Amino acid sequence: MESLAIYVPRLVTIKEYFAPGHRACMGCGEALAVRLVCKALGRNIIIANATGCMEIVSSPLPSTSWEVPWIHTLFENTAAVASGIEAGIKILTRKGKYNNKTKVVAMAGDGGTADIGFQALSGALERGHDFIYICFDNEAYMNTGIQRSSSTPFGASTTTSPAGKVSIGQTTWKKDLPAIAVAHGIPYVATACHSYPFDLMNKINKAVEVNGPSYIHILSVCPTGWRLASDLTIRAGRLAVETGIFPIYEVEGDRYTLNLDFPKLRPIEDYFKLQGRFRHLSKETISQIQERVAAKYSKLKERAARNNYQQ
Amino acid sequence: MTTKRIGMEGSFAIAEAIKLARVEAIAAYPITPQTHIVERLAEFVANGELDAEYIPVESEHSAMSACLGTSAVGARTFTATASQGLELMHEVLYVASGLRLPIVMTVANRALSAPLSIWTDHSDAMAIRDCGWIQIFAENAQQAFDLVLCAFRIAEDLTVLLPTIVHIDGFYISHTIESVELLEQKVVDKFLPEYRHPYPLNPDKPVTMGAFGPPPIYTETKKAHEVALRDSKKVILKVWQEFGKLSGSHYAPVESYKTEDADVLLLCMGSFSETAMMSIDKMQAEGQKVGLIRLRLWRPFPTEELRQAVSKAQLLIVFDRALSLGGAPPVCSEIQAALYPLKTKPKIVSFVGSLGGREISIQGFEELINNGMNRAKRGKLDEFEIIGVRE
Ligand SMILES: Cc1ncc(C[n+]2csc(CCOP(=O)(O)OP(=O)(O)O)c2C)c(N)n1
Ligand SMILES: [Mg+2]
Repeated sequence: MESLAIYVPRLVTIKEYFAPGHRACMGCGEALAVRLVCKALGRNIIIANATGCMEIVSSPLPSTSWEVPWIHTLFENTAAVASGIEAGIKILTRKGKYNNKTKVVAMAGDGGTADIGFQALSGALERGHDFIYICFDNEAYMNTGIQRSSSTPFGASTTTSPAGKVSIGQTTWKKDLPAIAVAHGIPYVATACHSYPFDLMNKINKAVEVNGPSYIHILSVCPTGWRLASDLTIRAGRLAVETGIFPIYEVEGDRYTLNLDFPKLRPIEDYFKLQGRFRHLSKETISQIQERVAAKYSKLKERAARNNYQQ
Repeated sequence: MTTKRIGMEGSFAIAEAIKLARVEAIAAYPITPQTHIVERLAEFVANGELDAEYIPVESEHSAMSACLGTSAVGARTFTATASQGLELMHEVLYVASGLRLPIVMTVANRALSAPLSIWTDHSDAMAIRDCGWIQIFAENAQQAFDLVLCAFRIAEDLTVLLPTIVHIDGFYISHTIESVELLEQKVVDKFLPEYRHPYPLNPDKPVTMGAFGPPPIYTETKKAHEVALRDSKKVILKVWQEFGKLSGSHYAPVESYKTEDADVLLLCMGSFSETAMMSIDKMQAEGQKVGLIRLRLWRPFPTEELRQAVSKAQLLIVFDRALSLGGAPPVCSEIQAALYPLKTKPKIVSFVGSLGGREISIQGFEELINNGMNRAKRGKLDEFEIIGVRE
């Protein structure tokens, strides 16, 4: 323990590019994830940020949390704005009017990615811009008050998919955004979670080196929206991974790697019972979800194993 | 200074202006009747005639959004659209002007669905009236070429920094082959120096763009925007004057045609002014005291120039090419607002016509003017009329 305390901080810069003093809720996993991402990115970046919690907590005029060049325009167009920044840098560099090796980074929530910004994202990935798209997935529209998105998990109660006498809450399965990103044939796709900071930062570092689009999907625990004690953010993120609900993996070309694997997954109840949004679920529904989680996880594991074998 | 006259489609004349302006970034999406402009630009880029990044985006929403990005890092940026495409851009337009990004766009004016119509009117332009851009109307291919070049000088002026639209009537300007005089590259280079944004996105000097405005500050930001847009008129006048000197083409916010002795004035916007001129010629030859006013600058609205232009008239007939459904026709209501505070002002008759590309002939404008004079005589000034409707 002591030795870790000595050397771990040395692996990470003490410089903050997402400055403290912003207005995120206590225990906000998204703010933590943004902070870690920014540490890994360093200063030679330009960020395009979608409307959502992170934009709102960080930029009330005339103050800002951003120590790096940052632009927010709208909710659904972040990938397109990033496309423009990347193209602009390209031509200005060609003309000798810009000389900084800059990585362009788009940041958006799950709503800004899976729903309203889906088309712009697909367009930008297809066109092959050299940029990193990061989805901070807190599994609902949190900024506007916990409405469901297509990334909200099955069974979760939100303000627009409330659990009720005749409803279990969200009745659709979480949209598999990383798989959709992979389908675009881009060089690098990864999932990550703030509860595994080194894995997260390694993936950002990798994405910076990629020439072309990368897509990083970060599970970001939201105590407010998930109805979870604010000191359980890190634990909830770990449990999402240890139960197999949110596997941590990366895809390079068509090579799958399961970055964290467990001989035996924990039962999903361990994760569910911390959170008010799942409290209403019956045993039957939970076992239905458990089955689905197990099936998806083993498919992913198979894919990763196949890659290893081919190697 | 100008090159020899050549026959050229309006869209291609605009593309020539973009090439001469050494535009650095183009993000666009096809829509009739704008498409020829961006097709020609794609050709220029593909042939190495224009060193620019061309982003073939997946929608107009993304076209304008990508333009925000290219402009925010400091690249000279152009796009073009029309009708539904402009409507799809709607929310992004306000961001471009609010962030003071000097993007230049041509809109090949076209009616709005439903019913679908690819033909020209000003419904699309009027739907984005309040988006905070400088907006200028051209009447023919030469003007489109000239005004697009001037638009970059105006938009990028450090005291302006506002995006600018040059409206051109779909087909009438975009698809008609007219005789055009271009300018030589060295003349344009002198007129339009290299663009540098004063505070671009750049890691060397980080800025935050697009922060949100809580109630204690939002009003101040919008007031600043309003003042900047109003004040841009000074720069517009200066740039047009300078352009007139080098090209021989002179532009003004409100242009008068044979109004010296006219008691009755017709007011138009866009390409139909040219047809109306011929009606005025004919009616004046017959001894009628009629003249024409063309509103060239739509935003900022040229209140003083308009008041000046109509100061001697008894009657002003305003011809709108769009409806504000359920309300007063948009151009006419602005004219009325501008003239209402004056003690002496002309009577105003309001007509709407040529919706969705319906033709209006020389004789048609003559009838319209006569109709307007009749209405004024009968004191029927309280309602507007949609002309040429088959009942
Ligand atoms: C076009 C448009 N529609 C709706 C909104 C309202 N809105 C702002 S943020 C937001 C939800 C954001 O959710 P997400 O992308 O998941 O980000 P989070 O706040 O959860 O981080 C919504 C619905 C908007 N700003 N623009
Ligand atoms: Mg969210």
